[in-house]
Amino acid sequence: MSRKQTSLFAIFWGVLALLYFFLPIYGTLDFSLRMERGTIGLKAYNIIFSDPRFWEGFRYSITMAIITIAVSATIFVPTIYWMYLKVPQARPIMEIITILPFVIPGIVLVFGLIRTFSRPPLQLTTSTFKTDILMIAGYVIISMPYMFRAVDVGMRSIDVRTLTEAAQSLGSNWFHVLIDVIIPNLRLAILGGSLICFATVMGELILADFLVRPALGPYMVRLGLTKAYEPAALAIISYSLTWFSLGLLQFFSSRSERQKKQVINE
Amino acid sequence: MTHLELTHIHKAFGTSVAVEDFNLTVKQGEFVSFLGPSGCGKTTTLRMIAGFELPTSGNVTLNGNDLTYIPPNKRNVGMVFQSYALFPNMTVAQNVGYGLKIAGKSKSEIEERVREMLSLIQMDKFYSRYPYQLSGGQQQRVALSRALAIHPELLLLDEPLSALDAKIRVSLRTEIRAIQQKLGITTIYVTHDQEEALSLSDRIVVMSQGRMEQVGTPFEIYNFPQTQFVANFVGSLNTVKAEVSDPVKGLLHVDGVQFITATDIKSRKKGDAIRISVRPERFSFAELQKKDNVLECTIENITFLGSVVRIQVKIGNSKFNMDTFNNPFLELPKIGSKEQVTCSKEAVLVLDE
Repeated sequence: MSRKQTSLFAIFWGVLALLYFFLPIYGTLDFSLRMERGTIGLKAYNIIFSDPRFWEGFRYSITMAIITIAVSATIFVPTIYWMYLKVPQARPIMEIITILPFVIPGIVLVFGLIRTFSRPPLQLTTSTFKTDILMIAGYVIISMPYMFRAVDVGMRSIDVRTLTEAAQSLGSNWFHVLIDVIIPNLRLAILGGSLICFATVMGELILADFLVRPALGPYMVRLGLTKAYEPAALAIISYSLTWFSLGLLQFFSSRSERQKKQVINE
Repeated sequence: MTHLELTHIHKAFGTSVAVEDFNLTVKQGEFVSFLGPSGCGKTTTLRMIAGFELPTSGNVTLNGNDLTYIPPNKRNVGMVFQSYALFPNMTVAQNVGYGLKIAGKSKSEIEERVREMLSLIQMDKFYSRYPYQLSGGQQQRVALSRALAIHPELLLLDEPLSALDAKIRVSLRTEIRAIQQKLGITTIYVTHDQEEALSLSDRIVVMSQGRMEQVGTPFEIYNFPQTQFVANFVGSLNTVKAEVSDPVKGLLHVDGVQFITATDIKSRKKGDAIRISVRPERFSFAELQKKDNVLECTIENITFLGSVVRIQVKIGNSKFNMDTFNNPFLELPKIGSKEQVTCSKEAVLVLDE
């Protein structure tokens, strides 16, 4: 096959893939704008934005997402750092553990959590506060593969051991090494993991639905049972949130690269 | 006065022994290099001094204080790494001042010391730059000043020049030595580069397979190697099998050709098989000056190496290299011609097997 034919073949499959992904989104967008017969408008969006239950769900999900990110980062950054320094041979085991949320169906995971924590000794379903703790624990597990991989890639991009030893030889203890040297150099990796975590929590349905918490996911489903145009608008809003997160990630990583190149060219 | 003392240091990783019965005393202000091939245990020994590895047995003492089980951050030992290990998130000034910040020094004190250190390595104008904005040589100079900024009692350098190109390596090693002498700081330098070790050190510890082969000044190590390994590892060397013919007079035979050595071989018997070594530069043509050994030879090959011309000669059935300084008026013999070469009896070394 000639080079020209290869490139045409690649373009054909590329266009097909784009259509496959973007046609449904375009369809949803188009549908969400046609609430009023014969005109294109934002009525469905107006209805959603003026619904207090949307804002309640939005606020709740954002709060959960921020706490989940904080808890995930607090757990995973020191753990992965420790693994790199002390037990690098444990990495394959960690990889398997962190991939479990992909393998175990969400519904099984949620039932497991509810069955375990709705009875003594650790009963977490007796108040909304305790249920929120259970929700965050669940979200941390669900988002674990993303956070682990993001931090893992970040750790691999720096010479963790030598930087640690250099800081120690200058008098730094473990805490200072982590805070002053390791975390600042993982900023982008942690940001990446956090944004994917954020997008995951914002769109999560099963956990919030079964634990009866006012998150955005269950709100979308309930809306879908009785309305036609508003769920489409909500889906577009949800996509936008995810893309905004990914856009931010792209922006920060490319800015960092640009800065480096700019300085090297000087 | 003994500043650093390593006593019976032994380090094993599982069943593999990395360092075996290592004993060394280093005086205040001395520059000692650990020289050896990869895997000889030199870096492991350095890491035990730094506190990054615990010895399986033995002690590390600095200024009379036992450091063996003291964590690395409490040892006050500065270290420079092969990969520079500058903190990428910090500027040059922040890197240099980091140790002082950790020690709780005031901002003005840190600022003053950072300026002093950057001026020492002539990098004042790079104060606000980030590591990725510097060349390898500049990064390593910053790493050196960062290690020195904390006023360490001991400076450790782990192959600091290995990642740099040849020219920078030479200029930086001169700089390292000058700074070390200026500050009078006791320094341990790990390298596999014999030229680096010979040019920098007050003393060299040659290591092989976890053991110390020889400790001595660069002059002693180069001119009087005590073992086959040291002789082969440091500089180039002609090593051949020989047979003792008169132990009292120091006479030997190599393929029927007689050599005389200044090494005491009285303890050997006539007919004993030994190995002798002669450095290539110790040979010269006998037409100008005849020394203790005058040997008939055939010119086998001539290689131009820039400042040196290496001539391969055949003495008996053994081949020897002979180095002579290059000059534009040098008259070289023809390949295949018969010549006489000479060397002193001190040049003929008898080595331990």
